[in-house]
Amino acid sequence: MFSKLVFAGFTRCALGALALLASSSGVSLAQEAELNLYSARHYATDEALYADFTRATGIRINRVDADDAGILSRLKAEGSSSPADVILLVDTARLWKGEVEGLFKPIHSKLLEKAIPEHLRARTRTEGTSWFGFSTRARVIVYDKSRVKPEDVDSYEKLALPVNKNKLCARSGSHPYNLSLFGSMLEHLGAPATEVWLKELVGNMARTPKGGDTDQIKAVGSGECGIALANSYYVARLLRSGAQQDQALMQRVGVIFPNQASWGTHMNIAGGAVAQYAKHPANAQKFLEYLASPSAQSYFADGNNEWPVVKGVQINNPALQAMGGVNFKTDPLPASFIGMNQIKVQQMLDRVGFR
Amino acid sequence: MRLISLLRLLVIVLLALPVLMVLAAWLQWNDGSADILLGMASTVLPSYVVSSLGLCFWVAIGVISMGSVSAAAVTLFDFKGRRSLEWALLLPLAMPAYVVAYAYSDFLQFSGPLQTALRALFGWQGALWPDVRSLWGAAAVLSFALYPYVYLLVRAALVERAPQLMEAARLLGADLPRRIFRVALPLARPAIAAGTALALMETLADFGVSSYFGVTTFSTGIYKAWLVMDDRVAAAQLATFLLLLVALMLRLEQKAQARLRFASQRSMGRGAESQPLQLRGWPAALVLLLCGMPVLLGFVLPLLIMAHALWVHSQSMWIDWLTFSVWMGNSLYLGLLTAVLAVGMALSLAFSQRVHPGVWQRLSTQAVGLGYAVPGVIIVVGLLLPIGWLQKTWPQSQAGYWLTATILGLVWAYLVRFIAVALQAVQTGYTRIPISTDEASRTLGVFRTALFTRVHWPLLQRSTAAALLLVLVDVMKELPATLVLRPFNTDTLAVMAYQLARDERLGEAALPSLALVLVGLLPVMLLSRTLRKT
Repeated sequence: MFSKLVFAGFTRCALGALALLASSSGVSLAQEAELNLYSARHYATDEALYADFTRATGIRINRVDADDAGILSRLKAEGSSSPADVILLVDTARLWKGEVEGLFKPIHSKLLEKAIPEHLRARTRTEGTSWFGFSTRARVIVYDKSRVKPEDVDSYEKLALPVNKNKLCARSGSHPYNLSLFGSMLEHLGAPATEVWLKELVGNMARTPKGGDTDQIKAVGSGECGIALANSYYVARLLRSGAQQDQALMQRVGVIFPNQASWGTHMNIAGGAVAQYAKHPANAQKFLEYLASPSAQSYFADGNNEWPVVKGVQINNPALQAMGGVNFKTDPLPASFIGMNQIKVQQMLDRVGFR
Repeated sequence: MRLISLLRLLVIVLLALPVLMVLAAWLQWNDGSADILLGMASTVLPSYVVSSLGLCFWVAIGVISMGSVSAAAVTLFDFKGRRSLEWALLLPLAMPAYVVAYAYSDFLQFSGPLQTALRALFGWQGALWPDVRSLWGAAAVLSFALYPYVYLLVRAALVERAPQLMEAARLLGADLPRRIFRVALPLARPAIAAGTALALMETLADFGVSSYFGVTTFSTGIYKAWLVMDDRVAAAQLATFLLLLVALMLRLEQKAQARLRFASQRSMGRGAESQPLQLRGWPAALVLLLCGMPVLLGFVLPLLIMAHALWVHSQSMWIDWLTFSVWMGNSLYLGLLTAVLAVGMALSLAFSQRVHPGVWQRLSTQAVGLGYAVPGVIIVVGLLLPIGWLQKTWPQSQAGYWLTATILGLVWAYLVRFIAVALQAVQTGYTRIPISTDEASRTLGVFRTALFTRVHWPLLQRSTAAALLLVLVDVMKELPATLVLRPFNTDTLAVMAYQLARDERLGEAALPSLALVLVGLLPVMLLSRTLRKT
């Protein structure tokens, strides 16, 4: 009985696999009204963003969501046979890496070059621009209002002050968000001073790095940590959360946009590019241009609590406003510096014992 | 027969290829990766090794004690609630370890609902207990998730002969402790070894739980070298050390099995009069409590925590049931397909090793099984490297396209990763068929294919069913390869649970996680039914 079942199951699976192969191998080799998207974005409002594009243009979107590193290595292996048209990534350094490894196809788009500030996209060369930022997130400092003075934490450098001993919490130093911030510090402070700074951060920690950014904010809200580094959209999400528990936690949490007196707050870029071997390059460019449209930009701002890159886009996000994040000075450091510093930063982290 | 051997060779090559690519990384030795390796060796590597070994040690203690005690309890004794426990003990199998990790840390952490409520209620200050996100926490979570492997194999080993032998020992005047340690334990030892080996291989390959808990293991080093330093060669070289450790473990386990072959030399008779020992009163309560703990902590409690998180967030959430059922369908489809393929291959490999027990057969089977202990991401690298090379040198092959635009690459990765599970189950099944059965069959003129279909297959059906269901559940929970290699529009429950949790939306992640657990329950129930029927 069992053997019959297994045999029947086997045949069915084999047939099913063939059918799936046959159907999926038809995906998108021909120039059709569709677009193949590899995305490292993983946010709730993205669905609506894509649906709007399809509604406006009639172009259907096929999608694979994965993490940045996975997408880059998949692209590398697929080479010229890659079905991808558009790549969306959520970290400055990875965007830079995709560019230098030749995974993106540079494009000429008057619209994008005009709409997106120069430090939020790849350098424009004769063959075009290889990637564009579409939204940014600030790496902010959150602190416990009851036991930390804001003037002790108003810059990244001050996190290393002795007064902040046993107060600091952070996620793993090897997470892209931290690596990019530390990469920018390396550019501003120089290597020796950055290493000393990182060592002092480790000395100030209230606990070993663990969990994600939300965990750090909650740890501040509950009094376990005094200070934490977090991406702005996690802070905004907790501020907007309907859960009573989150509301209570956030009562205690203050938010600082660091380095207003010097080079500005570190911003991480989420951006996109046309894939080097795109089979639907025209659709791909159309999609990127759509991402810079006012309606798409307000999805980033109002839906996912990010900052739009296009000037003049109205922000109707109470949390961003409550955080004081409408007008602040941002660090204009180009992505290439941050990208190039990654390995050096990781080696420093290993030396100073920043987990 | 020739064709079958050729196919088998092809399968071995395909399954071993990603792992071999890892070893081949040493041929690409260059200054850049040497610099990274030396840098890590002089700073963080020693501590990674220490915490990996520590984690393995505690997980071994955890799975052996929970798995074998519970298996022994439900086979050697009879007590109230035994029949329910028999299948309930398998439930944690349906629970992905990372879901348990998310659930416990969210619930028990300093800022979690329990501590916050207790502090508010009693006015207490500070942390009320040590942080779950630690080496201890990781060891506990992994033990809860992995002990069913030991339980499953030990129970299968005991259920066939232990009651009769224990009865015989009792008639010869041995007291209970002596019967357990001198009769049951030796019977169960190969199974304990096999189950623990599986659990430890998973532990070594784990990245999800330990990274979330901030426990920096050897896998952390591999991930860092690859993802942060962007040096796949260095990552692969580090992975080689992991492979060596696993190869050593497999060797030890096989030695243990070989020494205990005597247990299989007798044919299995089942005396109708031999009954498990009846327990009443406090011994029964104690046994019930002991066996109930793993189910409670490894399944019921995390399930309740997730359900609670879902409830808290359900007001502000809109659930698209259609999309949801598509994720479920994808999970089941990929799981079933891989399970059938994996079991077919495992049967073929194990049979070939049985009839031609040569060095080559043994080595090739071992090489194929190594994939289980390699972190999923490394398998992805090992798979992408040769395909990328093929695509570059022969673009017309469209190799890269076939790998990811279809499910071929994904199923390949699953097989590399989980063939070991199927192999373990099938091989354990084989150890229970005495060699003398084969010899007798041969003298009766039954050879080759007939030996398999007429003699082995009827005796292996239960192990095969176990293998099938274990692989199915494992594939549904698999993450790194699914994330990177799946074709367009093929989201699964595991992928969605991870994406939402990665975005730190635990409330929303609870829904696909719960569904994953519920879908995983079905095979687990079937598994326990198959095991019950003799």
